[in-house]
Amino acid sequence: MRMRIGESLIRVDAHAKVTGQAKFTGDLLPRDCLYAAIVHADCANGRVLSIDGSAAEKVPGFVQLVTSFDVPDTRFPTAGHPWSVEKAHQDIADRPLLTKRVRLYGDYVAAVIGETRLAAKKAAALVKVEYETYPPLLTAREALGATPLHEEFPDNLIAHSRIRLGMSYDEAKASEPEALEFVKRYDTQIVQHCHLEPAQSLAYMEGERIVVVSSTQIPHIIRRIVSQALDMPMGRIRVIKPCIGGGFGNKQDALVEPLAAYLTTRVGGRPVFLELSREETFTDTRVRHPMSFDVKALVRRDGTLLARKVEGWSAQGGYASHGHSVVANSASAIKQLYRDALGLECDVRTVYTTTPVAGAMRAYGIPQADFLTESLSDDIALVLGMDPIEFRMKNKVEAGYVDPHSGITFHSYGLEACIEKGRAAFDWDKKRIAYSNQQGPIRRGVGMAMFIYKTGVHPISLETAGARVTLNQDGSVMVQMGATEIGQGADTVFTQMAAQVLGISPHKVHLVSTQDTDIAPYDSGAYASRQTYVSGGALKRACEMLKEKIIGYAREILGDVALDLRDDGVVEADTGVRKLTLEELALEAQYSLRRSEHLTAEYTNNCKDNTFSSGVGFVEVEVDIPLCKVKVLRILNVHDSGVLINPQLAAAQVHGGMSMGMGYGLSEELLLDQSGRPLNGNLLDYKLPTAMDHPDLETDFVELVDPTGPFGNKALGEPPAIPPAPAIRNAVLHATGVAVDSLPLSPQKLYEHFVRAGLIREGEEHV
Amino acid sequence: MFDVGSFYRAQSVEDAVRALAADPCALPVCGGTDLWVRNREGRDSGASYVSIQGLPEITGVRLDPDGDIVIGAATCFRDVAEDPIVQKFIPMLGEAAEEVGSPQIRNVATIGGNLCNGATSADSAPSLLILNALLVLKGSGGERRIPVEEFHTGPGRTCRLREEILCEIRIPRSAYQNRHGAYIKYGKRNAMEIATLGCAALVHLKEQKLAEVRIAYGVAAPTPVRCGKTEEILTGLPAHRETLERAAQCIRGEITPRSSWRASREFRLHIAGEMLKRALAEAIRRAGGHIDEA
Repeated sequence: MRMRIGESLIRVDAHAKVTGQAKFTGDLLPRDCLYAAIVHADCANGRVLSIDGSAAEKVPGFVQLVTSFDVPDTRFPTAGHPWSVEKAHQDIADRPLLTKRVRLYGDYVAAVIGETRLAAKKAAALVKVEYETYPPLLTAREALGATPLHEEFPDNLIAHSRIRLGMSYDEAKASEPEALEFVKRYDTQIVQHCHLEPAQSLAYMEGERIVVVSSTQIPHIIRRIVSQALDMPMGRIRVIKPCIGGGFGNKQDALVEPLAAYLTTRVGGRPVFLELSREETFTDTRVRHPMSFDVKALVRRDGTLLARKVEGWSAQGGYASHGHSVVANSASAIKQLYRDALGLECDVRTVYTTTPVAGAMRAYGIPQADFLTESLSDDIALVLGMDPIEFRMKNKVEAGYVDPHSGITFHSYGLEACIEKGRAAFDWDKKRIAYSNQQGPIRRGVGMAMFIYKTGVHPISLETAGARVTLNQDGSVMVQMGATEIGQGADTVFTQMAAQVLGISPHKVHLVSTQDTDIAPYDSGAYASRQTYVSGGALKRACEMLKEKIIGYAREILGDVALDLRDDGVVEADTGVRKLTLEELALEAQYSLRRSEHLTAEYTNNCKDNTFSSGVGFVEVEVDIPLCKVKVLRILNVHDSGVLINPQLAAAQVHGGMSMGMGYGLSEELLLDQSGRPLNGNLLDYKLPTAMDHPDLETDFVELVDPTGPFGNKALGEPPAIPPAPAIRNAVLHATGVAVDSLPLSPQKLYEHFVRAGLIREGEEHV
Repeated sequence: MFDVGSFYRAQSVEDAVRALAADPCALPVCGGTDLWVRNREGRDSGASYVSIQGLPEITGVRLDPDGDIVIGAATCFRDVAEDPIVQKFIPMLGEAAEEVGSPQIRNVATIGGNLCNGATSADSAPSLLILNALLVLKGSGGERRIPVEEFHTGPGRTCRLREEILCEIRIPRSAYQNRHGAYIKYGKRNAMEIATLGCAALVHLKEQKLAEVRIAYGVAAPTPVRCGKTEEILTGLPAHRETLERAAQCIRGEITPRSSWRASREFRLHIAGEMLKRALAEAIRRAGGHIDEA
């Protein structure tokens, strides 16, 4: 039997996407479609006093103005988490369809429906809104205790969680008077996902039911959220997800679906298309939480990490979205990646602020945490005169680690092997010496960072996924997954899995890519690097069940012999001799006058396991000190992600993450002015790296079989974005001796640091 | 999603001038890489456009018999960069053209449009300033010629009248013969970028001395600027490291960049000096000279 797992099968959607055959939401607009445009608040904190649409109504093609005074007073949660039947674990329901209370610049106060996009947009621009304004609250620290944005949270504090392991920090300090203490603050910025396809939804009614076609990672969750937002039974909501142009977590959230669904009800069920512009996608969908960490660390002179005390602040923005889950995840990684010999204290808070709403973004709080842990390690190693890898080897998480709180176990442990691979590939030991004590304006350095990442969300949240497999009359199979292809290649690896288990050719696996909640089995969606693990588990079992049924039927024909499925046929298990083609069997089973059986199987995987994946990033930089510029000469990620289902797709996934991590490290930052207004929410002024800003992206893997993965696999979707930023920061530290403790390492920031370090004289040349 | 009142494709420059004169709300448009962005942002809503894109009389580069280089204003950046005359006689302008946006933008954006847009960050402006370019405009009142130095009148403003068409950019032979230059763009990324600062320097090198120096910047002031004071101080100085240091020092006293969220004044002043040193060193190298470490 030919192996299907581990082959680089060409993406099953490659042809359709390259030729333009693939249909995205915007390709599916019906003839009688109306268009909606948003009226945005032009203050960051305030209250709507009045809305005047008299000028808007005169625009030719104007259909209807819907204001925050017209909408039902429901509040709904938007986070793409599976629902919890326990009230205490439910997401915060704080989002109105349209708002009278303005909580961020650009908040939705009204919407205009028009016959054309232009009519809607022009009319929206003419809607006059009067506000009472309040001072903006731009950081978590300043927002805590300030006038509340939501009455239910009087201090603006969404949550404060604590981790305590071993001794308290003060006890540790008292017990080790000789230990060195490090006191630092590390800050991360607001960044946006910048998926190619902006947020958009098309909604229309079929009888009493509402259909929402949307660019989403979580169609089945969107169904529940739309039902909550409109206070309508879930059975009356149908969500369809066609092809989508990227999500990176932004679309693990209800963005414009509830509003689009509501607007169609206002026009008798006529289709309404609500498409955000790039600029709107930047500032009024979701962003990565900016976090600030105050850190203290105690270290013995031999490099033993004794204790850490971390105070983390996460700025949520105006609505809860994923809320505290994100910084809580950061805290977990701070705990998991290093061993504190004596103890760890970690306190993290999430606070409402009048800034763009933060939600899920690739690696969910871990890039922020990793910037802390990996910068701290290099800062400590520098003072100790230790190699940064040596410090990590001494203090890193070890094989067999079990999280003391969640019980998650590091089943297959490839972290150390990843470090060694990167170290050798980079000629690390030689370069660390070669680049020490450089003089001159252009200097080089190497840096690295490691990380740890969970696979899916068990046991914090429900892990459930459905798969359905049907044998066609020609011996091919239909696969219906609840899981979502969002560009990552899920459909391709599912095809490989089905081909593997059923012993059939990949081209005989027909996978229904479009998610339709009326038809598809349930799955929570594409997030948490979970689908190959959790949904893959569902598919594997469904295929095994189908295989049993096929063999069972074959036995009725062939008699009681041991059979197996190989090479598109039924074979004798011992000899491999083909007894029937799958087509022959399928035809017989379908049309048999003796006994017709529709060979089909469906399985719901309730995954109650988890495992850590890990890896490292290595970077070599050249710093032009007088021009305050960092050039990445080499970058390498090495991943411990278990068995690779499709090595080429795995490498592509890593490339994308590395690019995202480079932007996070060097250039990306959504800036707000003093009033909370976004300054650079567009692709000119927000410096997403271009092809010209990347060196070759090098990838490598340590492939261990993880005993919990359906095919030995574990998380890979999000982790690649984690290590580049701290690795770049550490390489700059190595090159220049300058520790930059906030992201990104932009030229302006480097200028200020180099002046402070005496590397350049203010307004003058390199010293 | 563009809000366009009307769109007229002119048959000639004369036709364009007539169409613009006939409709007081009409705007000339060529490549449109600035104007369509403005329209999409809701500025110029409902405007009428008169397109001069591809008009043969203002497209292409030629060498006049007297040695002047004539660049049609509607020549796209890619064609400027790839033109053999540009590459042979004024390569720095070709390099500046290569710095604009992306390949897709360079295929449509034109050198004339870049000037008429009036931005201080225009990549072509510093090089054209130090090449003493002369601009030929045609309007209902006839033709006029303006030195590029007088063209920009403020941020986003030029002395071009609404119904005038910039037709040609003329580079006199005397301005480029035996002169060598370099353009350095400072951006936060290597493509799709608006200049944080742009610096162009040109030298006439005689016996290892700077017989003539011309310097211009983009984003160092509300308009692209020539830097006469620094030019004067450097003239006659030897091609020494010390001269470059002097140049950096002088320029920081001459230009007046402002602080914005994009970059602080101090940072811009700092890199201005560093860029000038590098641009001058490159210009000297191209002139066949070398920098003596004084």
